[in-house]
Amino acid sequence: MTIEIKTATLEPVRNTFAHIERRFGDKPATRYQEATYDVQSEVNFHYRPLWQPELELTDTRRTAIKMADWYAFRDPRQFYYGAYVQARAKMQEVAENNYAFFEKRGLAERMPEEAKQKVIRCLLPLRHVEHAANLNNMYGSAYGNGTAITQALLFDGMDRLGIAQYVSRIGLLLDGNTGDALSEARSYWMSDPLWQGVRRYLEKTLVTEDWFEVFIAQDVVLDSLIYNLIYEQFDAKLAQQDGQDLGMLTEFMQVWFKDASRWVDAVLKTAAAESDENRLQLEQWISHWRGQAEEALSLVAHEAVEEGALQVAREALDKRLSKAGLFK
Amino acid sequence: MAAKKLNIKEKYRLLTRDLDWEFSYEDRNKAFPFEEFEGIKITDWSKWEDPFRLTMDAYWKYQAEKEKKLYAIFDAFAQNDGHLNVSDPRYVNAVKLFLTGVSPLEYQAYQGFAHVGRQFGGVGARVACQMQSLDELRHVQTQIHAMSHYNKFFDGLQEYSHMHDRVWYLSVPKSFFNDARSAGPFEFMIAIGFSFEYVLTNLLFVPFMSGAAHNGDMATVTFGFSAQSDEARHMTLGLEIIKFLLEQHEDNVPVVQKWIDKWFWRGSRLLTIVSMMMDYMLPNKVMSWKEAWEVYFEEAGGALFKDLARYGIRMPKYADVIEKEKEHISHQAWWTFYTHGHAAGFHTWIPTDEELDWLSAKYPDTFDKYYRPRWELAKEMEAKGERFYTSGLPQLCQTCQIPMLFTEMDDPTQIAYRDCVHNGERYHFCSDGCKDIFEEEPEKFVQSWLPVHQIFQGNCGGPGVEDILRDYYRMNVGADNMDMKGSPDELRWKKWKGVA
Repeated sequence: MTIEIKTATLEPVRNTFAHIERRFGDKPATRYQEATYDVQSEVNFHYRPLWQPELELTDTRRTAIKMADWYAFRDPRQFYYGAYVQARAKMQEVAENNYAFFEKRGLAERMPEEAKQKVIRCLLPLRHVEHAANLNNMYGSAYGNGTAITQALLFDGMDRLGIAQYVSRIGLLLDGNTGDALSEARSYWMSDPLWQGVRRYLEKTLVTEDWFEVFIAQDVVLDSLIYNLIYEQFDAKLAQQDGQDLGMLTEFMQVWFKDASRWVDAVLKTAAAESDENRLQLEQWISHWRGQAEEALSLVAHEAVEEGALQVAREALDKRLSKAGLFK
Repeated sequence: MAAKKLNIKEKYRLLTRDLDWEFSYEDRNKAFPFEEFEGIKITDWSKWEDPFRLTMDAYWKYQAEKEKKLYAIFDAFAQNDGHLNVSDPRYVNAVKLFLTGVSPLEYQAYQGFAHVGRQFGGVGARVACQMQSLDELRHVQTQIHAMSHYNKFFDGLQEYSHMHDRVWYLSVPKSFFNDARSAGPFEFMIAIGFSFEYVLTNLLFVPFMSGAAHNGDMATVTFGFSAQSDEARHMTLGLEIIKFLLEQHEDNVPVVQKWIDKWFWRGSRLLTIVSMMMDYMLPNKVMSWKEAWEVYFEEAGGALFKDLARYGIRMPKYADVIEKEKEHISHQAWWTFYTHGHAAGFHTWIPTDEELDWLSAKYPDTFDKYYRPRWELAKEMEAKGERFYTSGLPQLCQTCQIPMLFTEMDDPTQIAYRDCVHNGERYHFCSDGCKDIFEEEPEKFVQSWLPVHQIFQGNCGGPGVEDILRDYYRMNVGADNMDMKGSPDELRWKKWKGVA
């Protein structure tokens, strides 16, 4: 049985905005569609930016990637602002419970000293990596084209700030809020040979001009390798050394990476499928940055996990690339 | 080991400020290259006081709760044909003006804050700007969703995005934000963060939302309430940026003063559309434009500038002219739209007798003397079946891009008109304020994409005005434009309400 409430139904004049109708036909649109497609200004910019007078305020020439329609970068998660914050709010609720439980049960004290040291040296410096990722995604959001991809880059950028803050909180849980673990990790980041390759790599991304190349260097290559190495392999290894409680504190990052990868893979696939020219450009960038990243991470992989760990991470990356239609 | 209790400031420092580092392998100036060319001196970014200490997890949590409530109202509004509850179908034209003229500015604010949120060398300032960038994206998207229902039942909203990039009067708000975004990062912050968000928001955002509240527009006013706490954060950021710049170096004071002079004049020109919205487009009035200006600019702004005087900052240039303008601009603007009503993307109309009386009461020194006679004449012409539309296209000010509709403030029968020659070309302005701004940066303002010039140059199709409206602007000619009387909007409303 169903019940039916009688309502007076008014016939609408149109189902959605004209630009949405041109793309998807005359039918009711989703909130993602109305919030995303053709929202950004396209033409008739008034003044060239003083900070980059050779280009318009929004200009497709800020990357070598060429698209007939920049709105082809549909986000499979269909994140507009409201959907995005609600998805993250659910994740943070779980994380909050985990962090509170970890603290209440004094799990930091249960963790063997050696495991703690490993976390400080191999995981805490990632807060700086996440900070660079925040900037690199903001970069694409600011200089990219089309709301479909620029909003997703903004969400990713803010996610990375959030993750940098979660990583920092791991340090504070380990050192009883003194900040000592964080400053120790910072000194590894700044001067331990272990991390200098990664720091060099990220400083290079921060001075790279092409925003799509920055996306490749950060979100595709480095993230793929680091998340596999640290949040999967290092996490598993730590569990064998009685450090499994750390998993409560890194669950957010694991879940996040799966979520973000859906979007990153879709972007890659769409860009590569657009033209051979794009595909070759992507492959060239990936080859270059993957080589740099492997060199940068070799010490970290060895120290955090073991010989051969980097190879495992590399295979995971290559599998993603192949799924996106690259290096066939 | 008992965990130490961290105070909020120290915790926020560790979770945000401590994430950045000094570069060893690249030149840090190349990663943040735009900080120096404006002549602003930053000696120490660490002196930045974080205006709000919000971590991302808290941001997600609070904002998600707000979104959940907001969208529940949107759903209920649509399900129950909430548009039938507005005071009068004329009100919806204010919604059209908002979606075509203001929501795209929220988008530009997102882009502008993303830019400075990437470019500032100080991590504290960057993160605050990034959060504002995300908020601004929220605002444009929730506004689209709030107004999506109106689009289904009224004309004139369906091409808001296409129109914003092309239509003559929409180049006024668009160029305002293009100007700010194409400036250096610090000028952007004074223009948008300080002048716009801190000082003028009560005269732009708030009047539209109060208008919605007074006119039964539940979707828009609920958005307004939901955005209030975001706006409060943006205001504290705007105040922090100006204090920070002024405290960093005394050489910054004249630069900031120059920007304040520019952006208050630019802002007051932009607010012309709000003035006519408040005085003419809201069937249920909130307050007159003049009253709003007195409360929010003269009183609140005056107190602010008194506070800033200790840094050597004075009231914006031409504040005396702006003070006189409050008596005139709404009337001059609505008259211009009324007479160009065939080229507007919303409907225009003659105020009712009751509304004319309200205007007479609110503007005792000017309305009866200068403006009421025009409307009496318009009424006579309309009664004779000769509703007036001008056939000409207006000359536009090179700076603010508003048609030359403003008069000399000491002689409201004389159109104000200024000009100057730059590199052998003559440029035209509506005011001394706009002429000053041009002369300060002529290389920038010669680039203005002036809609009327573009039409005459043949860049907008044609040949006739109607062809341009239909093909280049994508207006639904005869439905989106012209008088409210006899419009499809009005006819549908009567049908819904069961009146003949």
